[in-house]
Amino acid sequence: MLGPNTSSFVMYDEEFKRINLVIEKLLRDANAKVIFLVDKNGQLISSVGETEHLDTTSLASLTAGNIAATGGLAKLIGEKEFSILFHEGEKDNLHISIVAERVILVVIFDQRSSLGLVRLRVKKGSEELTQIFYDLAKKSEVQEKSGNALSPFAEITDDDIDNLFS
Amino acid sequence: MSFINYASREINCKIVYYGPGLCGKTTNLQHVYQKTAPDAKGKMISLATETERTLFFDFLPLALGEIRGFKTRFHLYTVPGQVFYDASRKLILKGVDGVVFVADSQEERLDANIESLDNLRINLEEQGYDLDKIPFVIQYNKCDLPNVTPLEELRALLNPQNVPEFQACATTGEGVFETLKAVAKLILVELRQGTGG
Ligand SMILES: Nc1nc2c(ncn2[C@@H]2O[C@H](COP(=O)(O)OP(=O)(O)O)[C@@H](O)[C@H]2O)c(=O)[nH]1
Ligand SMILES: [Mg+2]
Repeated sequence: MLGPNTSSFVMYDEEFKRINLVIEKLLRDANAKVIFLVDKNGQLISSVGETEHLDTTSLASLTAGNIAATGGLAKLIGEKEFSILFHEGEKDNLHISIVAERVILVVIFDQRSSLGLVRLRVKKGSEELTQIFYDLAKKSEVQEKSGNALSPFAEITDDDIDNLFS
Repeated sequence: MSFINYASREINCKIVYYGPGLCGKTTNLQHVYQKTAPDAKGKMISLATETERTLFFDFLPLALGEIRGFKTRFHLYTVPGQVFYDASRKLILKGVDGVVFVADSQEERLDANIESLDNLRINLEEQGYDLDKIPFVIQYNKCDLPNVTPLEELRALLNPQNVPEFQACATTGEGVFETLKAVAKLILVELRQGTGG
């Protein structure tokens, strides 16, 4: 979707809201505890549910590492990618899947739900998310071409940068 | 590839510390972690072997402050240095915004430095990046030890492109923040020009 040579991955307000509506609905429909979306590079895009006691930044980075590692494994045995990963714990389970080729959808659920239900709802939610990320990519492309991609950093000064470290 | 989120007004960038095994990459991150205020850092994660050698990566998220109303976050990663972990190193370079090459200044590690730097260039190329075009700085670490290669020689062998370079002693922290600051600055300047890779 976005190659390494495109500039930044950009998220706009409109798509962010649409994404959150979808994962909030998925949270309810799947009876899940937490859902989060992570960019394949390990950056958290959004999270919903019982996230207060969760270190979502670390979760995001490790999830991306996990997907990268299993993706590497897949290639070694001649698969393109494992599109779904499932980790079963004593209380909580992790369902990890890839959306729109570059985004990772993580669902944490316990005995109030089931793998079958989560899988079913994720399938539906993924289709909606794919459309949103597709729209987002198109939007970024258009903005970039028109030279409108006004980076919030276009006007930063050396002082702004130095101040970050003071 | 940096991630700019207009909705949450955040910008995230990824910095990778590269270099031969035992050159001091993990020690760099540990120092940054120790010297950063609690509210500006997340947990440091180390996926290491029982003998504390990096197995997959170390990860340290930093939230440095705001620029123009955008929270600026840097995600610091190290790679495992040993030659046989090449597959893991490639994975960690995905989506990188800036690279710090940590060289081990000791004489007996000169070849290992050169080999690792070549390996960095090749692995970046595989991902479509050109080391000469991305934000890149070099750190000559372990400068406190007696048996180090003279700076001039290190420079000639490792830094013909003349990128920003720093002598460091990661165990005491000397040069650690200077290095981080330099690469962060190059990344932000790149963003300003709108050519962020
Ligand atoms: N004398 C000295 N030792 C260092 C320095 N930096 C790191 N070390 C030591 O070198 C060893 C390897 O460091 P580590 O950070 O694990 O290397 P990594 O493999 O690159 O992550 C550790 O025992 C460190 O304490 C330095 O600047 N001077
Ligand atoms: Mg290490």
